[in-house]
Amino acid sequence: MSHHLLEFNDVRFRYPDGTEALRGVSFRITHGESVGIVGANGAGKSTLLLHMNGYLLPTAGFVTVGEVPLRKETRPEIRRKVGVVFQNPDDQLFMPTVFDDVAFGPLNLGMPPDRVRERVREALYRVNALTLADKPPHRLSGGQKSAVAIATVIAMEPDILVMDEPAASLDPKSRRAVIGLLNTFAHSKIVASHDLDLILDVCARCLVIRDGAIVADGPSARILSDATLLAENNLELPLTLQGRPAMGGNAPMSAPRS
Amino acid sequence: MTFEASFSGIGRLDRLSYRDTAVHRLDPRAKVVATMLYVVAVISFPKYEVLSLLPFFLFPVLMAALGDIPAGFIARKVVAVSPFAVFVGMFNPLFDPGTVAIAPGVSVSAGWVSFASILVKFALTISAALLLIATTSFPGICRAFRRLGMPALFVSQLLFLYRYLFVLMEETMRVVRARDLRSFGRRGTGVRVFVRIVATLFLRTVERAERIYGAMLARGFRGEVPSMRREALGPSDAVFVLAAASFFALCRLVPVPETIGRLVRGFTG
Repeated sequence: MSHHLLEFNDVRFRYPDGTEALRGVSFRITHGESVGIVGANGAGKSTLLLHMNGYLLPTAGFVTVGEVPLRKETRPEIRRKVGVVFQNPDDQLFMPTVFDDVAFGPLNLGMPPDRVRERVREALYRVNALTLADKPPHRLSGGQKSAVAIATVIAMEPDILVMDEPAASLDPKSRRAVIGLLNTFAHSKIVASHDLDLILDVCARCLVIRDGAIVADGPSARILSDATLLAENNLELPLTLQGRPAMGGNAPMSAPRS
Repeated sequence: MTFEASFSGIGRLDRLSYRDTAVHRLDPRAKVVATMLYVVAVISFPKYEVLSLLPFFLFPVLMAALGDIPAGFIARKVVAVSPFAVFVGMFNPLFDPGTVAIAPGVSVSAGWVSFASILVKFALTISAALLLIATTSFPGICRAFRRLGMPALFVSQLLFLYRYLFVLMEETMRVVRARDLRSFGRRGTGVRVFVRIVATLFLRTVERAERIYGAMLARGFRGEVPSMRREALGPSDAVFVLAAASFFALCRLVPVPETIGRLVRGFTG
C-alpha cells in the first residue's frame, strides 16, 4: 500500500533567523511501521515533525507522502493523510467543547453532519472518552486532554499518525493508557519522545537525530540498548533496560513482592 | 480582590452553566432572546420611574430559583460591578434639584429618584445577564448568537476568548505566584514588575497562538470555523419566550404596582 509511505529525501531546513535545523535528513517509512524519533533537546525533532504535514516546507530536498510530493499546493491533501498530535493538548484542543473539537477536522474535510457525528463518537469511543463529549476542555484532567487530543486526529482517519511527546506530563496510569491506545492503532505511527520506555513499548524502529541529521536508524531494541550511542545524544538507557539491582538486598521490604 | 479569587469566581460561573435544570435545558436562543427583550423593556422606562420597575425583579428571581443558582453569588457579582452605575448616576441629585411625585401625595427630589432608577435598572439588567451566563453554557450562547445572525468571525473570536481565558488565567496565576514567593511582601510588586509580567504573558500568548494556528491548519482549517447544529427549538422554548415576552409587555405598559394598589384600595375602600 504505497499511499501509507512517508519519504524524506535529503531534507534541509533553515529558519528565517539563519539557524540550520535540518541538514540533509533522509529516511523512508513504509505502511504500518511504527517509528520512534529520539534525540537531545534542540536536535531538530520538532522541526522534523512539522515537515511531515507541511506546516514547514523544506528549504531543500523533498518530502513525499504516498505518491504526493509536499508542495505548497499539495498541503491540504497531505494534511488529510498525515495527522499530527501536538505536544501540548491545550494547543491542540481549541474548540469550546470536546465534541466540537473532535468534529473540527471531519467538518473541514466537508463530511455531512451525520457522518461527522458518527466519526466523533467512534474516535471518542476508541480513546475511551465518550462520556466527555459535552465537556469544555478546561474541565478535563491531563490524561483526558491527551486522549481527546488523539481522538481529534484519528477522527480524520489519517494514513499516518504523527505524535510529539504523547505522554509528557501524564501520571503513570494515564501514560500506560496512552501506550495501550497507541498499540491498538494499525496506522503507520511516528512518535517523537524523550520517554524511551514508551518508544520501546510502541515502536519497532527508532531514528536518532542529532544536530539536524540522522545518526542512527534501526530496530528500537538494538538502538535503545546501545548505551554509548544514547549517551552521545544526551539520552540514557530506558529504565526497563537499566537492570537496577533488586531493592534492599537482605533487608526485607514492607511491600509484597510480585 | 486577589487574582486567584476573581479567577475562581469566573470558574464558578462557568461550572454553574453546566448544570442540568429546566432553565439550563431551554434552548440558548430562547434565553438570549428573552434576556434581550427584558433588557430593552427595563431600559426603555423613563428616567424618573422606580416603582414600575419593581415587578421586573420577578424574572431574575425566577430564573435563579428554577435554575438552582445561588442568589447570594449573583448578588455579590452585581455589587462588585456596581461602582460603574454609581459613578454614572452620582451627580444626578446635585444637578437635578426639582421634585417629582412618586406616589399620590408623596414627592421627593427628582435627582435622587433618577439616581435610584439608574441603580435599579442596573441591578436588573446585570443580574439578568449574569443569570443568562450562569444558566447557559458559553458555547451555547455563542451558537445562539450565530444563529440569530451575528457574523461568524465575531462568534469565533468569542469562542476562542472563552477557551483560552482559562488557560491564560492559569498561566497568569503561576507567574503571579512565582513573583509573590520571591518578593517577600514588599519589593517586586511595583509597577515595573507588573509591566514585565504583562509583557511576558503577551509574548507567551503570541507563541501559543502560533502553535494553535498550526494545530488548526493540521486539521484542515481554511478560514472558517465549522459548527454543527445541535439544538432544536421545542414547545417549552416557545412557551418560555412567549410567557416572558408577555410578562415584560404587561409590566412595561401597565404600571403594575399602582394598579395593584388601586385594586387593594378598591377592595378596602
